[in-house]
Amino acid sequence: MNPDTVIDAVSAVFMVTGALMSLAAAIGLLRFPDLMSRMHAATKPQVLGLFLLLAALGLQMRTWSVWPVLLVAWLFQLLTVPVSAHMVGRAGYRTKHLHPELLSSDELEAVVQKAAQQAATHGADDDDR
Amino acid sequence: MNRKRISLRQELPLLVWLVFVWGALWQNFSPGNLLFGALIAVLVARIFYLPPVELGGRFNVLRAVPFALIFLGKVVAASFQVLYLAVVRGPNVVSAVVAVPLRSHSDLLVTATGHVISLIPGSLVVEVDRSTSTLYIHGINVRNAEDAAKLRKEVRDTEAGLIRIMGTKAELSALTLETAA
Repeated sequence: MNPDTVIDAVSAVFMVTGALMSLAAAIGLLRFPDLMSRMHAATKPQVLGLFLLLAALGLQMRTWSVWPVLLVAWLFQLLTVPVSAHMVGRAGYRTKHLHPELLSSDELEAVVQKAAQQAATHGADDDDR
Repeated sequence: MNRKRISLRQELPLLVWLVFVWGALWQNFSPGNLLFGALIAVLVARIFYLPPVELGGRFNVLRAVPFALIFLGKVVAASFQVLYLAVVRGPNVVSAVVAVPLRSHSDLLVTATGHVISLIPGSLVVEVDRSTSTLYIHGINVRNAEDAAKLRKEVRDTEAGLIRIMGTKAELSALTLETAA
């Protein structure tokens, strides 16, 4: 078996698996019930999917100079994905885009309500003065 | 302008990263290109000044490599888990929002822990309480208290791993005390 065939086979496997991860995201977007669980499907499989596709690309290009730029592309993806997921998730939670009946527990709700209550009583205190 | 001066040592990781990005984008790591990149990096860091990241002052490469490999493994496993959930459970999936108090109060470690946890499919940081350094995490397929405890342990373990890599000496000794007890 010559090395070229091996590299081709490995990159083929990587590409198909990477594409599968995009498919997972699409299926998740369609099937999951609320914004939060959709965020899991929409943001996360790309971490692996992009990694596999970039790795396949690097293997096919057959030059070392392309690897650093692929690494940088992936690292920037790693840095930005959680931030966008967090921002959307946070905004979604605050605007009540979730199904409470599908949460087995919600430890944030009590905290939010306590903070809202405190804000309300503080506001009332200010009115008294 | 009244700005806190930072030492070159503190700024060095940023400069090295900028030079690396420069070389990667040109796809050329020849000394001349790197030198020019370093010049631009220093200029950029001086002109577009950002508050310095407070590093812990140590970085353990021997801990970082296994951590990165385990991280990749977890990403692979969890990606397929989310695929399975999407196909099989779909609309009936049950999630939970779990509060996880962290040990460290440093911004860098809280951010890093949140990032790593967010990148592993199945958990998502919804809210951060910086004053108590508590992460509120939305976990998919968390059906009962047992699953929630598992998620909490996973987050705490991730933080422990990050402290071993780049936490301050004080955090590290607190962690060793905790695990010894």
